[in-house]
Amino acid sequence: MKIVVNGVEEQWGVGVTVRGVVEGKGMNVEKVAVEVNRRLVRSAGGGYERELKEGDVVEIVTFVGGG
Amino acid sequence: MWGEGERAGVAPYNPCMSELFRIGAFSVSSRLFVGTGKYSSYEVMQAALAASGCQVVTVAVRRERLVDAAGRSLLDYLDLSKYVILPNTAGCFTAEDAIRVALLGRELLEKQKNAGAGWVKLEVLGDKKTLLPDPVGTIEATRELVKEGFTVLAYSSDDPRAAVRIKEAGAASVMPAGSPIGSGQGVLNPLNVSLCMELLKEGDPKYPVIVDAGVGTASDVTVAMELGADGVLLNTGIAHAKDPVKMAAAMKWGLEAGRLAYEAGRMGKKRYATASSPFEGVVSYIPGE
Repeated sequence: MKIVVNGVEEQWGVGVTVRGVVEGKGMNVEKVAVEVNRRLVRSAGGGYERELKEGDVVEIVTFVGGG
Repeated sequence: MWGEGERAGVAPYNPCMSELFRIGAFSVSSRLFVGTGKYSSYEVMQAALAASGCQVVTVAVRRERLVDAAGRSLLDYLDLSKYVILPNTAGCFTAEDAIRVALLGRELLEKQKNAGAGWVKLEVLGDKKTLLPDPVGTIEATRELVKEGFTVLAYSSDDPRAAVRIKEAGAASVMPAGSPIGSGQGVLNPLNVSLCMELLKEGDPKYPVIVDAGVGTASDVTVAMELGADGVLLNTGIAHAKDPVKMAAAMKWGLEAGRLAYEAGRMGKKRYATASSPFEGVVSYIPGE
């Protein structure tokens, strides 16, 4: 199914979780924060185990230098 | 030469700036907040932060680059046991986006167990050219973020009335710009900045006001502090100096000089000269007498 990750449309298997996408990209869930469809995914509420669906828009962010 | 005993019993004066200052629930040991952007390398950034003596460092929230050539992350270069991270909402032009970014930053800092998870440097910008803050968006976002439990430090213009409105919206600190972000022009309107201080602190003298943006060199920091600012936030003034580490140290001393001068209370300005040496007893000719 199609999911947009950081602005790029990608193909992921049906039932993939938020964690599955983050870790599938080689990223550490502890070093990123994630939004799905402009809503924050909270690790506290088990949000990373949520299954994504066709057309979801995922943003994976981290800190960069800034003032 | 004078011997030890002949030096009139005056202990060396070792002034100490006033204690920690508070922003909401945060106590801060250094009044200099330093950004982490635009350094030539992470190593230079680390050395500059250390030389500045800062405790609070600002960072920005951005998409994780899916392919990072160097494979390095800012988080690996900041000692999170030493620094309190102040995440910003730079690059946001609407209140809604600023709120999203603030929530993302908080989530990231909660994972790092850093105290900075409780606060945010709010920027809601008007346009990309001037990077001046949008006052209406800033007020809207401040209200929402306060509801979300954030300690909001709001970047503002030097408009004293806008600053008061942002405080009324719930900001724990208003941060007027000395001049546009990254412009290095210093404090362009000291009158307005001092009016911001005056109005924001009226009946609330401990309300923290931080001059944010525009600092080009150490004397700019001194000017801001002499006006009565509680602190200064800067980035490019250090990062784009020819020797960022040396400039970071200069900024630290400039801040201390300005704060001490503010606390000491400057003399009044006079139109004409007043001699420091008495005229009484002079042996010379004095014109007009």
